[in-house]
Amino acid sequence: MNPTSGASSVLEVRGVKKIYATLTALGGVDLTVTERSFHGLIGPNGSGKSTLLKSIAGAETPTEGTVGFLGNDITQATPAERSRAGMSLKFQITSILPMLSVYDNVLLAVQAQDSMLALLLSRTREPLHHRIMDMLVQFRLDYRPDELAGALSHGQQQWLEIAMALAREPKLLLLDEPTAGMSPQERRATGKLLAPIRERCSLLIVEHDLDFIRDICDTLTVLDQGLVVDSGPTQIVQNSAKVKEAYFHA
Amino acid sequence: MPPATASTSKRRVIPWIEGILLVLFLLLPLAVDDFWVLFVTRAFILGLLALSFDLVWGYAGILSFGQALFFGVAGYCCALLATKAGITSILVLLPVAALAGLVVSLMLAFLVILGKRVPTTVFVALGTLTGSYVVERLARGWSYVGGQNGIPSLPRLTLFGHEIAEGPVYYYFALAILALIYLGLRWLTRSQFGLVLAGIREQEARITFFGYHVQNYKGVVFAIAGLIAGISGGLYAFHEGYVGPGQLGPVLSTQVVLYVLFGGVGTLIGGIIGVSMIDLFSYYLSQIWETGWPIVLGLLLLIVVMFKPTGLIGFLVTARERVGSFGRFAPELKDAKKPQAAATETP
Repeated sequence: MNPTSGASSVLEVRGVKKIYATLTALGGVDLTVTERSFHGLIGPNGSGKSTLLKSIAGAETPTEGTVGFLGNDITQATPAERSRAGMSLKFQITSILPMLSVYDNVLLAVQAQDSMLALLLSRTREPLHHRIMDMLVQFRLDYRPDELAGALSHGQQQWLEIAMALAREPKLLLLDEPTAGMSPQERRATGKLLAPIRERCSLLIVEHDLDFIRDICDTLTVLDQGLVVDSGPTQIVQNSAKVKEAYFHA
Repeated sequence: MPPATASTSKRRVIPWIEGILLVLFLLLPLAVDDFWVLFVTRAFILGLLALSFDLVWGYAGILSFGQALFFGVAGYCCALLATKAGITSILVLLPVAALAGLVVSLMLAFLVILGKRVPTTVFVALGTLTGSYVVERLARGWSYVGGQNGIPSLPRLTLFGHEIAEGPVYYYFALAILALIYLGLRWLTRSQFGLVLAGIREQEARITFFGYHVQNYKGVVFAIAGLIAGISGGLYAFHEGYVGPGQLGPVLSTQVVLYVLFGGVGTLIGGIIGVSMIDLFSYYLSQIWETGWPIVLGLLLLIVVMFKPTGLIGFLVTARERVGSFGRFAPELKDAKKPQAAATETP
């Protein structure tokens, strides 16, 4: 990872293009996420939101452009290197480990910082126990830590995966549609659960539910057909004519 | 992948199976004749090979069709040392067998596992199968290692000048090695390292995004499995008094896959049960139908693999027990209470 200028922001995406054969998924996107901000990423289906998130997390390599994280160019870094640098991702499709217990799902996330030898000798589970339980308490999963994760409800599985992503103590948390499949009540609860993490990290969130985005995000970027339509404070962007035309078809 | 169940039963069956089998194996030579002692010794040695495959496939999700390669190369190395250099001490040959398996597995791991990008299951399966096939063909054509005939009439292993003869002595010796390696693997797979392996097996992509270098973990497990297969190969060569190209090739590699699938993947003990049961079935079926018994055995294996993917052990062991827990520290989780405040908003 090479140092870049503009290290004040957490994430700097510059001119990122992603082209699949003849399809241009991203046509040169710029995006900045500042420290301890909640940044929403919205747009119609096929606008490139998930592709952009994957390019930031390392699941996709941009065809052109750079991704800077905490002042370092991570465009070519592997997902594991990005994670170790302080980036954490919650996938669009729930990716918990259903055949492991709820507790072990979080332990797996937390112990990723430890060396292979320490894990071989099981030296870190006890010191990590309180951190794991704190995370389970925060996401209301502490009442059945030994339950198989696959036996949780869909909403609880989404919460567990957010807990796993947060357990890494990231500087930037990437959430891809965290409330997909949830009831309005569950979405409100998710918003409340996410609010306290502002003290610890920045958030970049892809979401279809605009009310949810309005409630929790300070800044907003709107994508359409792989390009940024508008970006800025949520209150201003959501009322911009360009955005209404592209996103709300008004 | 079978669906997760809500079962949190603390009933543990595997330790009982392990204990019963250990007692049975300890007492067996007192109750049976030499034929069965040799038969079960062979099963112990092939059980080691099955453990090596269960470790890579059942715990790390590496579909290796090359376990016989490590087994056979180790057998050839030991046989050459015994016949060409006159070395028969087990204190030399067993480490040599382990080292041979380790080195060859590391070489293969560099080719098929340790790239920058995560290799697919099919790529690893075909890569290991190709390695096994190529080395078998090489051995068949190389006169220095006996070509098609292999290396027969191996001398007996020795320990401090005393021969380890086939029979009860070799039996208990092989059982001791099997038990030690089994315990070692039990510890490994139940450690926090084992939790990473379980994660890799279930959701490899997810594990990568936690920051784990998945290939490194797979490489380590593959090497450990190669080492175990090497020990198995060395013991087998001296037990049979012979090493040949068949001990290197895809037929034996595939046989090991069947042993583990039949007994139960990802349980360790399942591989040993698989070896014992398949070898027993093969023996009795061959007594009943001398030429056609492989058809019956094949159908039996097919039925188990199709209708009981968890293998024979799946009849006794719950999904929760197969998963188990990880690490030495076992916090008291039972007393955790249901949240009060969030009751209306909990999904």
